[in-house]
Amino acid sequence: MAQIFRRSSNSIARATLVGTFVAFFGFWGVVYAVYRSPYTTDVNVPLAQPAPFSHKHHVAGLGLDCRYCHTTVEKSSFAGMPPTETCMTCHSQVWKDAPVLAPVRESMATAQPIRWQRVNQLPDFVFFNHSIHVQKGVGCSTCHGAVDQMPITRKVHSLYMRWCLDCHEAPQKFLRPRDQIFNTEWQAPEDQLARGQALMVEYHISTNRLQQLRDCSMCHR
Amino acid sequence: MKPTPPSRTFDLADVRARLDGLRGQQYWQSLDEIAETPEFKEMLHREFPNGASEWDDGVSRRSFLKMAAASLALAGLTACTKQPVQHILPYVKEPEELVLGEPQLFATAMCRGGYATGVLAKSREGHPIKVDGNPEHPASLGGSSVWMQASILDLYDPDRAKTLLRDGEISTWADFASDFNRILREHEANQGAGLHFLTETIISPTLAAQLDAILKKFPQAKLHSFDSISRDHVREGARLAFGQFVETQHRFEKTSVILSLDSDFLYTHPLALRYAREFANARRVSSGKGEMNRLYVAESTPTITGTMADHRLALGSAEVEMLSRSLAQRFGLGTMDGTSTKSESWLNALARDLEKNRGKSIVIAGEWQPPIVHALCHWLNDKLGNVGNTVFYTEPVELRPTNQLASLRELVSDMQADAVKTLLILGGNPVYAAPADFDFATVLPKVKQSIYLGTELDETAALCAWHVPQAHYLESWGDAKSFDGTISFQQPLIEPLYGGKTPPEILDLIFPQQPVRDDYEIVRSYWETQKRWPDFEKGWRRSVHDGLIADSALAEKKMELKSDAIGEALRSHQVSVTGIEVTFRPDPSIWDGRFANNGWLQECAKPVSKLTWDNAVIISPALAQQQNLAAGDIVELELNGRKVRGPIWLQPGQAEKTVTLHLGYGRERAGRVGRGVGFNANQLRTSDALWSASDLKISKLGEKHPLVATQTHHNLQSPERQIYREGTLNDFKANPQFVKQSIESPKNAETLYDTNEYRYDGYKWAMSIDLNTCLGCNACLLACNAENNIPVVGKDQVARGREMYWIRIDTYYKGSLDNPEFSHMPVPCMHCEHAPCELVCPVEATMHDHEGLNLQVYNRCVGTRFCSNNCPYKVRRFNFLWYADYKTPSFKPMYNPDVTVRWRGVMEKCTYCIQRISRARITAEKENRRISEHEIQTACQQACPTNAIVFGDLNTPNSTVAKLKTHPLDYSMLGELNTRPRTTYLAKLRNPNPEIQSEAKG
Amino acid sequence: MDTIQGSEPRMPDPSKPYPVTVLGYPAEMIGPKETYARVSDQIAGIPLKHPHPKFWLTCFAIAGSLFLMFCVAVGYLLFKGVGIWGINIPIAWGFAITNFVWWIGIGHAGTFISAILLLLHQKWRTTINRLTEAMTLFAVMCAGMFPLLHLGRPWVFFWLLPYPDTMKLWPQFRSPLVWDVFAVSTYFLVSLMFWYLGVMPDLATVRDKAKTKWKKIIYGISCMGWRGSARHWQHHQSAYLLLGGLATPLVLSVHSVVSFDFAVAQLPGWHSTIFPPYFVAGAIYSGFAMVLNLLIPIRRLYRLQNLITTRTLNNMACVTLVTGWMVIYGYIMEAFMAWYSNDPFEKHMMWDRAFGSYGWVFWGLMLLNCVIPQLLWSRRIRTHDLALFFVALSVNVGMWVERFVIVVQSLHHDFVPSSWKMYYPTKWDVITLLGSIGMFLMLLLLFIRYVPMISITESRELIALRREGQL
Repeated sequence: MAQIFRRSSNSIARATLVGTFVAFFGFWGVVYAVYRSPYTTDVNVPLAQPAPFSHKHHVAGLGLDCRYCHTTVEKSSFAGMPPTETCMTCHSQVWKDAPVLAPVRESMATAQPIRWQRVNQLPDFVFFNHSIHVQKGVGCSTCHGAVDQMPITRKVHSLYMRWCLDCHEAPQKFLRPRDQIFNTEWQAPEDQLARGQALMVEYHISTNRLQQLRDCSMCHR
Repeated sequence: MKPTPPSRTFDLADVRARLDGLRGQQYWQSLDEIAETPEFKEMLHREFPNGASEWDDGVSRRSFLKMAAASLALAGLTACTKQPVQHILPYVKEPEELVLGEPQLFATAMCRGGYATGVLAKSREGHPIKVDGNPEHPASLGGSSVWMQASILDLYDPDRAKTLLRDGEISTWADFASDFNRILREHEANQGAGLHFLTETIISPTLAAQLDAILKKFPQAKLHSFDSISRDHVREGARLAFGQFVETQHRFEKTSVILSLDSDFLYTHPLALRYAREFANARRVSSGKGEMNRLYVAESTPTITGTMADHRLALGSAEVEMLSRSLAQRFGLGTMDGTSTKSESWLNALARDLEKNRGKSIVIAGEWQPPIVHALCHWLNDKLGNVGNTVFYTEPVELRPTNQLASLRELVSDMQADAVKTLLILGGNPVYAAPADFDFATVLPKVKQSIYLGTELDETAALCAWHVPQAHYLESWGDAKSFDGTISFQQPLIEPLYGGKTPPEILDLIFPQQPVRDDYEIVRSYWETQKRWPDFEKGWRRSVHDGLIADSALAEKKMELKSDAIGEALRSHQVSVTGIEVTFRPDPSIWDGRFANNGWLQECAKPVSKLTWDNAVIISPALAQQQNLAAGDIVELELNGRKVRGPIWLQPGQAEKTVTLHLGYGRERAGRVGRGVGFNANQLRTSDALWSASDLKISKLGEKHPLVATQTHHNLQSPERQIYREGTLNDFKANPQFVKQSIESPKNAETLYDTNEYRYDGYKWAMSIDLNTCLGCNACLLACNAENNIPVVGKDQVARGREMYWIRIDTYYKGSLDNPEFSHMPVPCMHCEHAPCELVCPVEATMHDHEGLNLQVYNRCVGTRFCSNNCPYKVRRFNFLWYADYKTPSFKPMYNPDVTVRWRGVMEKCTYCIQRISRARITAEKENRRISEHEIQTACQQACPTNAIVFGDLNTPNSTVAKLKTHPLDYSMLGELNTRPRTTYLAKLRNPNPEIQSEAKG
Repeated sequence: MDTIQGSEPRMPDPSKPYPVTVLGYPAEMIGPKETYARVSDQIAGIPLKHPHPKFWLTCFAIAGSLFLMFCVAVGYLLFKGVGIWGINIPIAWGFAITNFVWWIGIGHAGTFISAILLLLHQKWRTTINRLTEAMTLFAVMCAGMFPLLHLGRPWVFFWLLPYPDTMKLWPQFRSPLVWDVFAVSTYFLVSLMFWYLGVMPDLATVRDKAKTKWKKIIYGISCMGWRGSARHWQHHQSAYLLLGGLATPLVLSVHSVVSFDFAVAQLPGWHSTIFPPYFVAGAIYSGFAMVLNLLIPIRRLYRLQNLITTRTLNNMACVTLVTGWMVIYGYIMEAFMAWYSNDPFEKHMMWDRAFGSYGWVFWGLMLLNCVIPQLLWSRRIRTHDLALFFVALSVNVGMWVERFVIVVQSLHHDFVPSSWKMYYPTKWDVITLLGSIGMFLMLLLLFIRYVPMISITESRELIALRREGQL
């Protein structure tokens, strides 16, 4: 009796078998990739701001200290965003009528706050505290990157939990001396690990504290 | 309420038989249980025919869209979609002293029933989120009442009066001012004739001063004051005993014997928080001293005070008077025939005990007892040499003290006579709360120019020409005295959300000046005139900062007792009770109805009955048996012609022939929460029977109404269940270790897992709860709600056993059905070192931290609920539906920003207030030091008026908690399961009078 | 096609349609007049010719509508949350977990019959293993859904799987629920492969008998080009035996693991070492009952008495009876332990189980699970279709009730009396249960319709064996 299938069907069958296998894992591979890509994480994606504030100009150019605007970074969980009047301290004198600063002047005039787009945001169930990190030798640039090189501020890390844990598991890789915290150009020295270890002692990060740094309750309440 | 065939009532004789059968320390269960009637099941089935209510229950209807949106959002968070971009809106001009992310505390004062209690209000990013007692304030000493804790919810209540109304039309403050001025000009002509003011008890000096000035300006004007939970009987009692109004103050710290005649001095008294603290201190054996005071209580329905009694008599209101008379007789005052014989020997023992403790005892009567009983208390205290020791007298605290009932009666008769042109009502909702026979609702409309200052659109607002929204106390400047006379200040934490006004602001309009002054200027200028401080600015700032004027309590006053007058009064009228007696009481949760729209209070289980979302016709099991009634039966109550319908609740310990009705329910015009909940007992309450009356008729209607209690089993089943451990003071003296002689905890090593997994080198948090001083007052529960953003789930969900309390208060009964002993037991999470919940979570969402806390990670929880099944204490709570209110805008600023607001499908539980621990830890870490002992208080601990809850670090050798853990009375609940709980209990001690005890045995 | 057809077997005495053994038990495993050709035609005929379409469609309509109800219930569940069920604190597990355990249990018969009986050379399994394996698959599918549906947040179920996530987190392997994930999924995969391996040659037979082109193609693809060559058969047989060996331990492991969900907890009524064996026995008990419930009508309808003989049913009834007694032993031990341990909580749990609010459920369970099945002692019941059907039905219901008692009753009175509550199922609980049954039946009907429900090759083996006088 006549054959139902042509010879080629054999190879098709085999191809299908392999294909399904590949397709399955391929699909999840793609999902995984997307989830870690800037599309999801917004890493290095500059956001449009009402006024094109340039950290590069103010920090690298004018040499302003981080704390000049982010005043509560050492006191509170929230680093603090400068009120309009802080901007106006200078801009009532310089660039008085620069069009780019119109939103700032308007805010001052109408007493309406400036609506900045949030660059680094965490979910509401994450409780991050700036002051303790600054206190324990985590520099601004460790998380926020070379802000002094950013004409428009952008995110430099995914802020995924995995990323947080990288440091919470091995702080010695990232810790720096207190006087370097606000130094945006700070680079990890050759012997960072050794120094880090020393700093951990200095900052009272005992083994017990280190274990504790991995407790969920450190950040989730 | 849908009609149903009359239900089978259980045979109480049978119940008794069973109870008699029980030996030893038998705690028995709720009546339904023991008689195994299917009532409860039937009720559930009827009210919620299986699942029927999902379609229409409040939760789902309100949150339909919300849920759709939110579940998408959630899916978003978890699936591979990105978060929506948020915005940062910095200040334009930053306020001074405000550090975003850090809380600020302000001292202010809250008033209930007139009298002020000092509070500390916590503010975050400019909005108040929590209220607690002010430790420096004599009326609080740091403790909280449920009402203080819940008041924060009232501030953000979306149903508050939001606009100024004229005849129901939206109007403006300016319009009101001008109209008010027009009215006043009219009155200037006739010196204010027909100009009437109705206030609540006046305890604000500023307000009093304003009223004085008004009376100067309008000599004909009349002032009336009325509080539905008035202290008239106390005032009249004092007048009877001393010929004038005086305030009676007590010092419970020094007492060794207390007799409470229907007085709930631990809960409803204006100074209850202070009294509770003193009472507890005199009882606390954990503090080392082996002495306790002894509390005798005679009352009609079990109250907080009653449940703390060493000897309690369940007597009707009138019987209490008889009791007090025959007690007085024993000390040689008056003659008295018909003593209730059943308490004869009790009374003798009591008399001897009082005699033994001259100068160290207190006899106190409840606000609801007639003046004569108060007079007798004065006499007895005098006779027992207590005056000057444990009892002393002061000038009245309230300014212009008056018999409020008479004052209201006068107003009503004036209104009926059309003599009232203008009526200015400053709060109090008289239409709802006034005695039924005054018929306030019908006479009020006769007043053409009626102005009402009230917080919500209530019954009174509906009948007044003008309704001015009243500012919440957290929005207003003000001053008020607390019961001991201490002058307290109110300062606002936030601009009035809905442009509310305060009484001083309204009255100030009467003295026109430019510009119109706000409450700050009014109060301040008043105190400026007082010349109280050499340097006003300094003194004023200090007092506002402290929330009170230091040492402004009223001075002790010597009083001359008029014994013969009392004797005369005794002879002149004889007490008698016929038929069934009814007593009216303020509701333990929503008071006189002013808190009716407060979901937290509606849902928190009432102290003894554990009822939620309802009031009930509370009757004794014996009466239920005679009348063939069962829980939930709707009955019609008739009291000389007036009728009201309500569901029956059987309350063991209720006086046999006394029916108790709680006020405050059946509000017709309240917010979405309070409207139509329960029945309005005021409909039976007449001016001649404000607190109790005889000859109540009960008729069964054959309908049923589901009453929902959070606890249906009040029985500990078998003596082997060593859950609640107790003994008498003598047991303890004989053998301090007696508590330990029960099941012992296994060794730490008896586990499959590595015992060194967690070594707790840093801190080791633990809690100790003293069952001996716990009143079961719910303050901890409410505080926990407020601190941890715990949602309200509604009656339907509570009926299904889904209430969300993180700390619950179990109440167990022991002994006879008619007058059992009560035991309260607060149960938060035990934070076990070997926590059964942790091992069974597939995703490690319930985790153990290195300080021994046992925590739930909401964002990791997938909701298998295995942890709850495996928790022997059942302290875990699950978001079966979307309970948290993400939708109502006004609630958003109320939530504690340090605590995640939980979403549907996740487990939640007590965290020992991890947010407070973390805050303290971070502060300490920044300063490279250890957290000191008093830096952290859990919300429940902070709220507890008696300091029954102690929290701290076991690794700090001489911390209070570490000491308490070594106390002989310390035991762990279900320790035999080797859960090694961090929350342990100090066993309850009772201090019975040996005479009565032996007699009870015999 | 009659390729490997040999000479016909000798006919037995036509006066005795069904020869009986000395004890009077039905002795035949396969009808006397069976020939290779008849068997092939008869079995392959069902998917090809589709007899009794009316009956089939009616059943399918009913099952289908139940399944639709199920979809609605699940939709509403996902939208609203598990709160639509009757669960609460303390009874946080209700119908969902009861159904899960019940379905898993039912899912045990298939592999037990095909694997263990295969290794034990029980020839009577040959004509029923295909159907029971299919049943197993469908039962496990139903079971598998419930643990996911009962989650508070079903959309993150994948957190129970170990994979490198962005949170650097893994499942907690101390939790029995994670063991479940692995146990059930493994079981499903192995059963699936086992079943498919068995069905391949028969699909080929159908392909060859098929008349229309599409049928040829579809069956051709699904039998993966089986040609029945000696090499095919050799591979097939060894693989089949291998999988049989693999499946055997699984039969025991799966329900043991499921029982850990309870045994590992310290709740009175759950915390018990007897659970694993007791659950496995119960599983096979209900599994066999379910097989009987399915076989009896099917063999009537499609006139398969000659293949699924009374002897087969009789044997199954015996197995049911035996496992039934294992379960009864379990009950007795639970009660004994409660008394013997003298633990107040255990004692109260047992007392409450019998005389508490759910007492009537317990006694119902005793009747359905322990009393009624004793009828199987009688041969007349075992060989009487209708009677056997109803006994099996009572066992199925009984086993569901047993799980209900274990889950709900144990939870509703645990340690601290103040938190004791009652559990009342809502309409959604009931719909979900019925719906899952609907889904199960629907799948089964599709199977009967399109796949040879009895192994053609193995039935032909039986004929061969008889010809050699080995039956």
